[in-house]
Amino acid sequence: MKYITEYRDREKANAIANRIVAVAKDQSMTIMEVCGTHTMALARFGIRQILPQNINLISGPGCPVCVTPNRYLDHAIALARQDNTIICTFGDMIKVPGSTSSLESERARGQDIRIVYSTLDALELARNNIDKEIIFLGVGFETTAPTIAASIDIASRQSISNYSVLCANKVVPPALLALLSGRTEIDGFILPGHVSTIIGSESYTPIFEKHPVACSIAGFEPSDMLEAIYELAVQISSGDPKLHNSYRRVVTANGNIKAKALLNRIFEASDAEWRGIGNIPESGLSIRDEFSSYDAAKKFNVTIEETVEPAGCRCGEILTGNIKPADCPLFGNNCTPSHPIGACMVSSEGTCAAHFKYGS
Amino acid sequence: MCLAVPMQIEKIENESATVNVGGTKRDVNIAFLDDADIGDYILVHAGFAIKKIDEKEAEETVKLLNKMAEIARNDNSDQS
Repeated sequence: MKYITEYRDREKANAIANRIVAVAKDQSMTIMEVCGTHTMALARFGIRQILPQNINLISGPGCPVCVTPNRYLDHAIALARQDNTIICTFGDMIKVPGSTSSLESERARGQDIRIVYSTLDALELARNNIDKEIIFLGVGFETTAPTIAASIDIASRQSISNYSVLCANKVVPPALLALLSGRTEIDGFILPGHVSTIIGSESYTPIFEKHPVACSIAGFEPSDMLEAIYELAVQISSGDPKLHNSYRRVVTANGNIKAKALLNRIFEASDAEWRGIGNIPESGLSIRDEFSSYDAAKKFNVTIEETVEPAGCRCGEILTGNIKPADCPLFGNNCTPSHPIGACMVSSEGTCAAHFKYGS
Repeated sequence: MCLAVPMQIEKIENESATVNVGGTKRDVNIAFLDDADIGDYILVHAGFAIKKIDEKEAEETVKLLNKMAEIARNDNSDQS
């Protein structure tokens, strides 16, 4: 398929890997992939295995399901238990354990919880079920947030009043800033390609100016990721960090102006809680007051149970790159994809799920 | 969750386009695009086109990758 096949060529991938070895020599380099889709793509294509030992790839907090705190899930579960309610969610959220239940368990008990591919599907459900409340679970970064903003915009324009969003959308740049101010030593970042498609490469400039660190925006095919890692190896070995864009076929300096304008019209920046990291100022998106009738958190008054965190789970340290999955005593023992304890094992893009499925 | 897939536009009607991905057809919302024509490749995430793929930049990247492969081949033949 065009724009996929040409970036999956084995010879080219091996050639770039050889160039990385030549540039990095024996220097040890810690490179963090921020995006969960990168975590899974790196594992699926076996990129770690073809890189030299001195290049240490660590995963960051870019799996949206993984960083969504238990309290949000408990809130979603409380909403699901209301009468005449249909909860719509992307598939990854369904199995994540909340404090005492999960959406999957609630569905088994008879609550109406549906997996959708797009917010447009949820809107269609709202049109076809006017006697029910349709609540979409708004989880995701800047790639997904415009599609959620668009659903609120369409609902507002078409006067669809039985649709609302429980919003836990987050933005990436403040999390990068938090990581750079934290205790994880990071020599370079593989920056998220599709988040950057929306926000544009210039969005990272203020952070880069404050904390100059090697950066490369990467696509998701093997050659895309290897080329970005090669670029990082060049920057790190020469001690000359840059804000580089390796994914120029879709990422521009200013990003998608229309999507950004809609994000800004529907949402405003707010402080947000990240599992494992805690509160990060201005890292969340909240629905503006003007659209509060589409905000499920304001529209429905439900009692949320007291939050309980899973005992022994070290997802928090994994999400900040401080430890690898194998360092968690639960990994592969009590915590597996069929019986997950922490969110990093549940989500298909979770670091633990990727390591369990494809090996470390 | 940030997965997005290149798809080719076959038909456009207002803010909706019919796209083809590996023989499968589906409708996607193209309201976030500045311009889109039949035959264009777009990047689709969760039912929305988030960007038109820049053909020229895509070709440049392939050229760069080919050049790296060539350098690696030359390095190997120097060593052998």
